[in-house]
Amino acid sequence: MKYKSVFDIIGPVMIGPSSSHTAGAARIGRVARDLFGRKPAYAHISFYGSFAKTYRGHGTDVAIVGGILDFDTFDTRIVDALSLAKEQDIEIKMTEEDAITDHPNTARIVLGDEHGKIELVGISIGGGKIEITELNGFDLQLSGEHPALLIVHNDRYGAIAGVANVLAKHQINIGHMRVSRKEKGQEALMIIEVDQNVDQVLVEEIEALPIVQQVVKINE
Amino acid sequence: MFRNVAELVELAEAKNCKISDIMIEQEMEITGRTKDEILSQMDRNLKVMEEAVERGITQDVRSHSGLTGGDALLLQNYMKSGKSLSGEFMLDAVSKAIATNEVNAAMGTICATPTAGSAGVVPGVLFALKEKLNPTREQMVAFLFASGAFGFVVANNASISGAAGGCQAEVGSATGMAAAAIVELAGGTPSQSAEAMAIALKNMLGLVCDPVAGLVEVPCVKRNAMGASNAIVAADMALAGIKSRIPCDEVIDAMYKIGQTMPTALKETAQGGLAATPTGRELEAKIFGIALNKK
Repeated sequence: MKYKSVFDIIGPVMIGPSSSHTAGAARIGRVARDLFGRKPAYAHISFYGSFAKTYRGHGTDVAIVGGILDFDTFDTRIVDALSLAKEQDIEIKMTEEDAITDHPNTARIVLGDEHGKIELVGISIGGGKIEITELNGFDLQLSGEHPALLIVHNDRYGAIAGVANVLAKHQINIGHMRVSRKEKGQEALMIIEVDQNVDQVLVEEIEALPIVQQVVKINE
Repeated sequence: MFRNVAELVELAEAKNCKISDIMIEQEMEITGRTKDEILSQMDRNLKVMEEAVERGITQDVRSHSGLTGGDALLLQNYMKSGKSLSGEFMLDAVSKAIATNEVNAAMGTICATPTAGSAGVVPGVLFALKEKLNPTREQMVAFLFASGAFGFVVANNASISGAAGGCQAEVGSATGMAAAAIVELAGGTPSQSAEAMAIALKNMLGLVCDPVAGLVEVPCVKRNAMGASNAIVAADMALAGIKSRIPCDEVIDAMYKIGQTMPTALKETAQGGLAATPTGRELEAKIFGIALNKK
């Protein structure tokens, strides 16, 4: 089931005018910010489908930038997000794409600075609920409802066991887990949704595993 | 966990409790949170709704585009004249639904029920019932859980997104949710709630999402108004003992299939319907300051 909580239906509390095009867009922007982990120097946003056709009317542009500035759906600063981003020296570029996507409300966000960049694709499925469907070229499904760990690692034996051992040691239960890779033996991504928030200590411990390249925790 | 309306009604009947109780229990089970935490979160949402309604019926709220605003106030004043044809309760609900959507269109703070574009129906009806039936605060919170339970089924088995299913998925769903919750608050049975939802949603089938200039204003605000009135009539019909010949779950399924076959131009793309009328196009050009022939 896509919608698990009654507050997916009666909620979120948000700045209008559209739950999918405003609140959902803000949430996609905020997940991108979480994943990037710091203020980006630039944000390149591409809109597809209904997002591309109506983003100005729905305030999708201000909302998604508001999310990138780390604002929640009910944060009234969303209304001024574009000028606030300018004040913070974040370069914003928006593109309307013609390509047909699986979901009508799709956005692609690239955040970056001189140290690196991330690229993600998010969809807004209705009522403010979102899914992240792609990260740095990996297909993934992330409900955004539970704390999650995204672990970039080498596609080799022992990777899953190593990470699972650290989680078990800290008594963290895995609710949902997926592993994907672009090519055999190359870079792979582990997505782990957990029941509790995880400490930074645990993140560092996983990061210290020789097989692991990068760990990001989101949705606390 | 209930997967459809039939299971929801069955659970409530077997436990001899209300739909809202089943929704609260399920929320506790899924999230592991206490009943108090869940009730107080819903109470906070209720407060947001209350403030939006209050703002909309007392202030002249205007959207940035200038397309909507001030109608809730007009209706409240008209009601005071005592000349209304459809009755004070009905118009109170309608004006409070409009109030919420006017605040939403003005980028004010609202609570999505189930979406922002359809956020007027459930609170509109609820705050009119507050005047008519004098419910306790607990009963008002329960009203939101009852409507949430029906919305939960629609969201998982069909859609609550205008871009995916048209306005029938948004205002249609909200109307069905409100109708079912009115029945519970008015003392009806769980199966009467399901009948009310079915009757209400049946009358919203096929409704397209065609917002002028892509803004959640025209016709969204007035569709919420009509959704509120539709919900009240459907609830009254169900409370009178009228049943829907097509069961609620099948109506929801029909809504889903209609949404799938609806052309993209009529699903929140501002390319068809009212958005594509000469006046709709003119307004769009004016708002965005672009030449008409560019479109």
